[in-house]
Amino acid sequence: MSTQAGSRNPFKPNWLARIGWLILFAYCVYALSALHISWDRFVAGLGNGAEFIGELFPPNFSRWKLLLENLVETCEIAVIASAFGILFSLPIGLSAARNLMPEWLTWPARGLIAVCRSFHPVIFAILFVKAVGFGPLAGILTLIFASIGFIGKLFAEAIEEISLKPVEAMRAAGSPFMSVLIFAVLPQVLNRFIGFATYQFDSNLRNSTMVGIVGAGGIGGTLFAAFQRFDYDFLCTILLSIIALIMVSEYLASKIKEVFNG
Amino acid sequence: MAEQRKWERFTPAQRLARFTVFLLVGVAFAVSIRTVEVIPEFLYDAPQQVSDLLGRMWPVDYAHYQGGVHDALIETLNIATLGTVLALFLAVPVGLMGASNITRIPALNWFSKLILVSSRSVNTLVWAILFVAVFGPGALAGAVAIGFRSVGFCGKLIAEALEEVDSGPIEALKAAGAPWPSILLKGYWPQIAPAFWGIALFRWDINVRESSVIGLVGAGGIGVALNTSLNLFLWRQVSLILLCIFVVVILAEILVTRIRSRLI
Amino acid sequence: MSSENITSDSKGNGAQPRSLVVGELVKEYVKGNPVLKGISFEVSGRTTVGIIGPSGTGKSTLLRCINRLIEPTSGTISIAGVDMVSMSGTGLRHARRRIGMVFQEFNLVERLSVIENILCGRLGYLPVWRAWLRKFPKEDIEKAFELLDAVGLTEFMTKRADELSGGQRQRVGIARAVMQNPAIIMADEPTSSLDPKTSVEIMETLNRFSEQQAIPVLINIHDVNLAQRFCDRIIGMSQGYVVFDGPPADLTSDHLKEIYGGEDWLA
Repeated sequence: MSTQAGSRNPFKPNWLARIGWLILFAYCVYALSALHISWDRFVAGLGNGAEFIGELFPPNFSRWKLLLENLVETCEIAVIASAFGILFSLPIGLSAARNLMPEWLTWPARGLIAVCRSFHPVIFAILFVKAVGFGPLAGILTLIFASIGFIGKLFAEAIEEISLKPVEAMRAAGSPFMSVLIFAVLPQVLNRFIGFATYQFDSNLRNSTMVGIVGAGGIGGTLFAAFQRFDYDFLCTILLSIIALIMVSEYLASKIKEVFNG
Repeated sequence: MAEQRKWERFTPAQRLARFTVFLLVGVAFAVSIRTVEVIPEFLYDAPQQVSDLLGRMWPVDYAHYQGGVHDALIETLNIATLGTVLALFLAVPVGLMGASNITRIPALNWFSKLILVSSRSVNTLVWAILFVAVFGPGALAGAVAIGFRSVGFCGKLIAEALEEVDSGPIEALKAAGAPWPSILLKGYWPQIAPAFWGIALFRWDINVRESSVIGLVGAGGIGVALNTSLNLFLWRQVSLILLCIFVVVILAEILVTRIRSRLI
Repeated sequence: MSSENITSDSKGNGAQPRSLVVGELVKEYVKGNPVLKGISFEVSGRTTVGIIGPSGTGKSTLLRCINRLIEPTSGTISIAGVDMVSMSGTGLRHARRRIGMVFQEFNLVERLSVIENILCGRLGYLPVWRAWLRKFPKEDIEKAFELLDAVGLTEFMTKRADELSGGQRQRVGIARAVMQNPAIIMADEPTSSLDPKTSVEIMETLNRFSEQQAIPVLINIHDVNLAQRFCDRIIGMSQGYVVFDGPPADLTSDHLKEIYGGEDWLA
C-alpha cells in the first residue's frame, strides 16, 4: 500500500451515476406527492387488499357455461382479428418501407401505422362500440387496427434493413415488381414476419379478454359485470381461466414457430 | 439423358407439417366466422357509422385543454413513470429468482415464471379494476396496476439477460472470495446494465400508452377526463383528448429513441 | 478467336441479332461534371470483351446505363436492334430480361437454395402467380438442371446460397444470367471478390458460355493480365473516355500508362 500523500483510489466514484440515482429518488418523492399517494392510504389499501383476496377464494365454478361461451367468443375475436390484421399488415408494412417504395406511398402508410400504434386498443374499442354497436364486431375491428399498428411498424423496419443486392439483380433481369418482392425481399424477412404475426396473435388474445370491458365482446364484459356486482368468487374463476388460456396459446405459438422456421 | 429430375421445395415431412398448420388455422378461422355473433347489417353499416362519428369529432375543441386536461396529462406521465419504477423494483428479485444460472432450485425458477406469466396474462385494465377495488379510485390504484402488469414483462427480459451473462468475471469474483451482494453488484450488474436500461425505456414507452387509458375504470390519469367526455357525448372534447394522447405518446417515443441511440 | 475491331465505322444501327451498339453515351451525376463523356462502341457475335480502367472511371456506370439501372444523361443504346433509351415500364422489363448481369458481390438471395436462385433468372418471363406458387414450367426446371451441371454445382442443388464459397456463388450468378436466355451478358467486376485461382475459373466459365450461346460477354475487370488472357477484345477507359479498343495483343505499356497513369505499377 502506498503511503504517498494523495494516494489514488482506483475506483473513482461515478458522480454521474450517483447524481442519476439521486434524481430518480427525488423524482419518486415528488411523484408520490403529486399523485396524492401517502403511506396511510397505502396501508389502508393493504387492509382492503387482504379482505379482497379473501373474497376471491375459493373460486366459484358454478357458472362455467357462461364462462365457456365467453371464452369461445374471446378466441373467435382473436382469431378473426388476427387473420385479417395479419393479412392487411403485409401490404401496409411493405408500403411503408422507404427503401423500396415511393414517398407518396410510404407517408400515408407510415401515418396509418403511427395512428394505429399510438392509441391503446381500448380507445379504438370505445370508438368502434359507438360506431357499430356492442358486441364482437367492435372488438374484431379494434384488434385489426391494433395488429396493423404493431406488425406494420416492425415489418417495415425489417424490410428497411434488408440487403438490396438481390433486388438489384432481379430488376436487372427484367422481373416484374411483385416477383422481385416475392423472391428478393420476402425470403429475407418472412421468418421475422411470422414471429411478429404469432406475437400479435398472442397480444390479440390478451387484448380480446379486455375489450369486453367497454362492450366490445368477449370475456371482458362478464369480468366487469362480476366485478360491479361484487361477485368476487366468480371474478376469480374468470381471472384463472384467462391466465390458463394465455398459457395454452403461448405454448401453441412456440410450436407453430418451430414448424415454419425449418 | 431422359432421366427426369424433380425439384421439391419442401420435403414430404415439411409439406405435411405446413399443410397441418394451414388446415388448423383455416378451420379455426372458418369456425370463428360462422359462430361469432356479428349482425351483418351492422358490418355493412360500419364505414358510414365510423365516418359519421369522425364527423362529430371535428373540429377539435382546443379550449377544453385548460379545463384540467393539462393536469391530467402530467398525472398520466407520473403514473407511467412511477409504475415503471415499481415494476423494475419488483422485477429484479423475481428475475434473479427465475435465472437458472443464479437460482439453482428449479422449483423457484418455476415459481418465478408463474408469477411473471400471471402478471402478463392479466390485462392492465383488469389490474386497474382490481386495485381500484383495493385502494379506491385514483392514481395510487393506477400506478400499482401499471407496476404489477409490467413486472411480468420486465422480469422475463431481465431473467433472460441474466442467463446470457458471461460467467468469466463471476467466477473470478467467486474465486476471490467475494460475498454474494458484491458478486451481484460488481459481476452481474455491469453486464446487464445496458439491457436493463433498454428494458426500462421500452416498458416506460408502453406504460405511457397504458396509463392514458386506465382512467376509464377510475385509476387516474387522462382516462378519467376521456371517460367523462365520452359519457357526456362531447365528441369534440374527446378528439382533443385523443390528440393530446397521440402527441404525448409520439413525444415519449421520440425521447426513448433518442436516449436509446445515445446509450447504445 | 477473331477480333471484330470496330471503332467508328459501324454497320448502321447494329441489327445483328446478338449485338450491342452504344453511341455517344454521356452520364452526369452532378451537372457539369460528366462521368461518362461520350462513349461509343459496338459489340457483336461470339466474343468476350474486357473493359479495363482505374476505379471511378465509370466502368460500373457504363454497364448500368446499358440496362438502365442508372439513367443515362444522353446518348443511344441499342441491343439486338431494340432501342434501350426510349423504353419504359413493361417494354423496359422485356428488354432487360434479354440482358444477363453478373455482379461483383454475386447478389444472390442468401436464404434461397441454389436451384431457386438459378430459376430466378426466369422471373422476367413468368407471370407473378406462378412465381408466388413456385410453379416453374418443366422446360425451365430442366434447363436449370442443365446449367447446374454446366457450372459443376450438381450436388449443391438444395443447399442455401449462403452456405457456398465465393467462387461457387459466382457460378450460381452466372447460371442465373444464362437462364435468362440473354442476347448479351454483362459482368461487373465478377472476379474482384475472389482469389486468383477462382478468378481464372470464373473467366473460363464466362468464356465457355460466350462460345456456347454465341453471344457477346462484356466484362468489367481491373486485373489487366486476366483481361489479356481471356478476352478477345479490350476496351480501355480513362477519365470517362474510351482510349483503347482492340485485341489484347495490341495493348502496349504506353496504352496502359495512358489508361492508368503512372509507371511504378507496371511489371
